[in-house]
Amino acid sequence: MFANCIDRFRALCLSILLLSCLAVPALASPFEDSVAKFANDEFSDTEAAIGEVAASGNALASPIISALQDGRLSADPDSKKVFVTQTDGKIVDATTGAAVDKVPDNAAAVRLNNRLRRTVEAALGGLTLLSPDPAKRLAAAQSVFKSHEENLLPTVEGALAKESVKPIKQAFAEARAAIILFKSDASDSDKLDAVAVVKARGDQEALALLTGLGDQPPLVAKAAASAVSSIQSNLAMWSMVQNAWYGLSLGSVLLLAAIGLAITFGVMGVINMAHGEMVMLGAYTTFVVQEVIRTRYPTLFDYSLLIAVPLAFLVAGFIGVLIERTIIRFLYGRPLETLLATWGLSLVLQQAVRTAFGPTNREVGNPSWMSGAFELGQITITYNRLWILCFTLAVFAILLAMLRYTALGLEMRAVTQNRRMAASMGIATSRVDALTFGLGSGIAGIAGVALSQIDNVSPNLGQSYIIDSFMVVVFGGVGNLWGTLVGAFTLGIANKFLEPVAGAVLGKIAILVLIILFIQKRPRGLFALKGRAVEA
Amino acid sequence: MTPHILTRSLDRAATAFVLIVAAVGVLIPLSNLLLPQGSMFQVPTYLVALWGKYVCYAILALSIDLIWGYCGILSLGHGAFFALGGYAMGMYLMRQIGSRGVYGNPVLPDFMVFLNWDKLPWYWYGFDKFAFAALMVLLVPGLLAFCFGWLAFRSRVTGVYLSIITQAMTYALLLAFFRNDFGFGGNNGLTDFKDILGFNVQAEGTRAALFLLSCLALIIAFLICRAIVTSKLGKVLIAVRDAESRTRFLGYRVESYKLFVFTLSACMAGVAGALYVPQVGIINPSEFAPGNSIEAVIWVAVGGRGTLVGAALGAVVVNYAKTFFTSGPLAPYWLFMLGALFILVTLLLPKGIVGTFNSWWETTKSRNGSPDADSAAREDGVGAPNPAE
Repeated sequence: MFANCIDRFRALCLSILLLSCLAVPALASPFEDSVAKFANDEFSDTEAAIGEVAASGNALASPIISALQDGRLSADPDSKKVFVTQTDGKIVDATTGAAVDKVPDNAAAVRLNNRLRRTVEAALGGLTLLSPDPAKRLAAAQSVFKSHEENLLPTVEGALAKESVKPIKQAFAEARAAIILFKSDASDSDKLDAVAVVKARGDQEALALLTGLGDQPPLVAKAAASAVSSIQSNLAMWSMVQNAWYGLSLGSVLLLAAIGLAITFGVMGVINMAHGEMVMLGAYTTFVVQEVIRTRYPTLFDYSLLIAVPLAFLVAGFIGVLIERTIIRFLYGRPLETLLATWGLSLVLQQAVRTAFGPTNREVGNPSWMSGAFELGQITITYNRLWILCFTLAVFAILLAMLRYTALGLEMRAVTQNRRMAASMGIATSRVDALTFGLGSGIAGIAGVALSQIDNVSPNLGQSYIIDSFMVVVFGGVGNLWGTLVGAFTLGIANKFLEPVAGAVLGKIAILVLIILFIQKRPRGLFALKGRAVEA
Repeated sequence: MTPHILTRSLDRAATAFVLIVAAVGVLIPLSNLLLPQGSMFQVPTYLVALWGKYVCYAILALSIDLIWGYCGILSLGHGAFFALGGYAMGMYLMRQIGSRGVYGNPVLPDFMVFLNWDKLPWYWYGFDKFAFAALMVLLVPGLLAFCFGWLAFRSRVTGVYLSIITQAMTYALLLAFFRNDFGFGGNNGLTDFKDILGFNVQAEGTRAALFLLSCLALIIAFLICRAIVTSKLGKVLIAVRDAESRTRFLGYRVESYKLFVFTLSACMAGVAGALYVPQVGIINPSEFAPGNSIEAVIWVAVGGRGTLVGAALGAVVVNYAKTFFTSGPLAPYWLFMLGALFILVTLLLPKGIVGTFNSWWETTKSRNGSPDADSAAREDGVGAPNPAE
């Protein structure tokens, strides 16, 4: 088979040689001769010209063919001169690369039809297969895999033999397999090997290639069919993994937004409707920190989030304590009124931020270590989502440890379980309340830092999370952080698994309805506090 | 029986309220229709529509006061019942457009033609009849409230939990009604109405009649609420509000009482929505927004919960202030004021305008030595701190 190709190649060279011998003396080189064919305005000549130019190895070949693809290649049918209009508007002679003032008046753009367009794409793919830039080689190999243009086989095989970078070598092997599969005169054993290579690739494109295979010898067809079903089940598995990952990611965001709410609700029985605004304040703190860093210390930009986290905790926590001391303190025992007052507070805070920073979205950048993504099997994981998941779990662990091992944590737990008893034992419940509220708000603030990385920073940022956070808290149960954790991840994952089935909005509605029904079954959430403290 | 209920439920303040509403309901339309334009006492048509809107809000506020003020159920989703009633009326008005729509389809509303639907969805059947639509105005919110309440009250979901799931309910409906394929006009809602019962919706006469009807509905709703809260049933409701468990231990089926007022209140909210839509000329999903429902609760709080008159008054006062401030140069500060209103009312005026006035009146009277003073004085459930409630 290889010999066959070489033969063909020889024939091609020979024909070019012959052509150039026969050519008019004015056309000096075979390259110029080939280029001149573009001026014939015949599709068959254009096709031949594409093949010859691509095979010429001339440095001008790539610009000519890409110009042809974009309709920037024009030819003068009389002088047989061909011109390339560069993307910056300059015009050069296609054969020499010399600058030309203007395209002659009788020159017309070289026409293409659909078949030729494919040839052009394949030729471009072949040209870049040998590019010194690894990224370009990889892209070329991928495009050959999709186009499986038969006449590129020798080039691909040559590139495969030379390639030293492992993933690119793999891509070349897959491209070669794709070509062989579609080659009518390839042997059965070659095709079976090719099926195995494509099967190992195992992604959506491999599936598309194998399902669009057409007539094949029975043995190959059977192997292909089994490969298709194996890829399909593999892909289904990966899509499950992907949904689970999205669910975890959404769950971590929910957890981050809800965890502060869970603390204040659990310890104080207070519904803080302004909780979302604490998240928003955290996000705006990040914005301000980044603005200062951008204008004063641009080199510190990568550390902006590390600076913003404690600041956001302090800002939101301070405002939280302020709210508790000035408003909520007076409303204990009236949870429904607290709800109204904090709602009013959320309106004031939103409007204040809108007045100070404007109603539009503000730009918060990703530090370099948070941007980008990596591939894991068939799914793509972005670094910012991964960091947020880790950050959330870290915050959760710190909070849990704080509740377990510090004096304040002990007091908070005591007040949660039985306020009067705790007060009788000498715990300053009003101080605990203020600190708890500050802590919950501060955590909302650092949630804002994280959310500023994946969401728009606008005065409405908090509003979009508040209902979801309530759902998490109500679902998970009050007074137990583990309930919040389980609630957040359950809701996140359930949401993402419902989304492909029912669509994003219907999925969300379904979740809301399910929570409403769930509350009927367990009115105090998944992990309810037991004992007399619950029944008021 | 009926006269007895009337005499019992109509004390002096209630009678005054009914008379004032009746007078407003008659005088404003008359002045609008009979007096020449430009006359000092003539009420312009836009004001009739605007005040008609306030009256509808007052009915909504009454319905919230009935459950919150007297039964302790804080619903943060009452806007949903209001909007559902509004949608039922809007569907009737859409069907009345007939072939006068932009696309001229005799059966399908414009937005369905636009979405390439070829026939009416089943749930739009019957809405060309006013009687059916009027029934639905009561039935749809009532049924939803019944199912929701039956589930919630039976499993003893109370307090803030109930508030939050009512909020989730209206949020879910908001999301649903925003969808085009749900068949209620999606984002744009229902609008561009032409006729109601054969009368042009835009005509002055129709607007005046709608205003009168709204006032009438307010009076009827008020009388129903008064009749309930002054009856023995009302006493049980107050008992549920103040000590739910104790009432249950005394042998009352708390959930049945709650379910009854909740459903009734939802029907009232539905009627308010139905009267609101022809006067405003549009109904869209933003009426389901959780913020709207919470705002309606603050009307009640401002006026005074548990006073009925206060709820209606609060709705009118707050909405008048909203219209006044949002149309002037103070517009950017309206949210500050609304927010401050929420905070200040809950902190400083927990009984609202009417409640505070009442207790001031009672103390003045008792200082003057009136013997029956403290029989009417009523605590508002503001007791010892009890955060786990």
